[in-house]
Amino acid sequence: MYNKEKSVPSLLERLRERPMELFALVDCNNFYASCERVFNPSLRDKPVAVLSNNDGCVIARSNEVKALGVPMGAPAFKYQPVFEKHHIHVFSSNYALYGDMSQRVMNTLSQFTPDVEIYSIDEAFLKFSGFDYYKFEDYVRKIKATVDKNTGIPVSIGVAPTKALSKIANKIAKKFAERTSGVYVMQTEEQRLKALKWLDIDDVWGIGRQHANRLKAKKVFKAFDFTQLPDDWVRKQMSVVGLRLKKELEGQPTLDLEDVANKKAIATTRSFDKQYSDYSIIRERVSSFAISCGEKLRRQKTQCRLIHVFLRTNKFRQDLAQYHRSTVVKTEYPTNSSIDLVKYAIKALDRIYKPEYQYKKAGVIVMELQPENTEQLSLFSKKNPKHHQLMQHIDHLNKTIGRHKVKFGSQDLGRVWKMRQERLSQRYSTTISESIVVRV
Amino acid sequence: MQNVFSTIQLYQPRYHFSVALPLADQGISAGFPSPADDFLDLSIDLNKELIKHPYATFYGRVRGDSMTGAGLDDGDLLIIDKSLEPQDGKIAVCFIDGEFTVKRIKLDKDSLWLMPENKKYKPLKVTEDNEFIIWGVVTSVIKNM
Repeated sequence: MYNKEKSVPSLLERLRERPMELFALVDCNNFYASCERVFNPSLRDKPVAVLSNNDGCVIARSNEVKALGVPMGAPAFKYQPVFEKHHIHVFSSNYALYGDMSQRVMNTLSQFTPDVEIYSIDEAFLKFSGFDYYKFEDYVRKIKATVDKNTGIPVSIGVAPTKALSKIANKIAKKFAERTSGVYVMQTEEQRLKALKWLDIDDVWGIGRQHANRLKAKKVFKAFDFTQLPDDWVRKQMSVVGLRLKKELEGQPTLDLEDVANKKAIATTRSFDKQYSDYSIIRERVSSFAISCGEKLRRQKTQCRLIHVFLRTNKFRQDLAQYHRSTVVKTEYPTNSSIDLVKYAIKALDRIYKPEYQYKKAGVIVMELQPENTEQLSLFSKKNPKHHQLMQHIDHLNKTIGRHKVKFGSQDLGRVWKMRQERLSQRYSTTISESIVVRV
Repeated sequence: MQNVFSTIQLYQPRYHFSVALPLADQGISAGFPSPADDFLDLSIDLNKELIKHPYATFYGRVRGDSMTGAGLDDGDLLIIDKSLEPQDGKIAVCFIDGEFTVKRIKLDKDSLWLMPENKKYKPLKVTEDNEFIIWGVVTSVIKNM
């Protein structure tokens, strides 16, 4: 028989024949600051910082601001002298603009592969199958150039055979931007080992501070050291999640792209414009936050089982009495009805509210999310099926006639709560009256 | 005044009897089919007509009169496509020395000119001293008449 002469392909050869899958992590560089620069190109080489809601603290920094030593989360009032001294251009967060620019980036990415996982407002995992590794770098550079051209947003792209490694490749692309010009493809075993020996254990994707500390106590300082631990130990100490991560770092894919809706929790939290202690005001805020969580849940077609509510005083006013409490309420059934959420959130608030404090911040976080349609039927459920329809109508009305036109009784109907946004840029890309002005 | 509805007679529908009809699985053709039926879904969508690359398209408001010859008047709305390559003769939104402007691009052998379309203004040669980028290419202009 003629095929006797053929040798059986080795394992290595068979692996090579298997269609190679590659993961790319695309990360927008200093995303919010970059968005501001698109519509104000004279800020290109200038320091740009963006503040959180209510202009509380720094949440985005251009490289120049990072170099000036302004840390992430720096309180704006404390750093005001630094902003002035170094002529830092400071903006309030303009989520209408950032959200729209994010969509443009994500949509541009989806032209290159159907497999896109939007990981956050400024990050996406892409999956590619059947590409030749060596030509792949050119392709990735083309992705970067296209995003830049379409949107003006600079991105860094890291490519590797697994998601966890692509995260590291991205770090390398960004950290050594002069050499990589923003694109790094991890293609050899040598590159993988070098990267793992370079990366601190604290910076490994998915390893939290507690695990990092425990690992460091065991003399695991680099990602490489982690991959040298016995599988059994990792599984025992860090569960199957940790073991999966170890395999990923070894180059065996164990994580696939996830559905966008698979968020673990949804939060609506805000600092107030000033301090309040009046129950009715706090109650109104907490109701509104719960309603906002409901809108977000319904948008991604999930329901929650737990509602976490917290209240805190102004931690920058140590001269005032400090108080910070949170509590969790379990719902009787999975729900995304704003009516239910408000009821539980108020129940939680009543457990933690004390009239003697001046509150500066509150928040509602909904957890234990599950898809809308996987609900178990219960004969004795008190769930009101009419809520679903009512919510649909309210969402529709708010979508067509404008945000927050239809409100609930527990929300303040007269008052307009405004975020402090003293340095807000225009909604250049989403509101026609605020588009760029072109002088001719 | 004459009641215009007075000539219309109303009949009560009869609900209470039924007739069995043969089922035609190819659909029933009654009379001449309207040739428009095939096109019912089509209507003019200006977004589709005017915007080829929605993810790269932005808007800009015209202020000034240096481009009136090209039909760009004060107050007009520009549709700007950032994904298009700027070419000689195209009208582009540029960012020059801290301001957005719109001009026709003229490429010489080794220089780039911003050409106004109004005799009151002079062409501008872009030099290395200018802070300059071509921000996007103008594909359409919307004006209120």
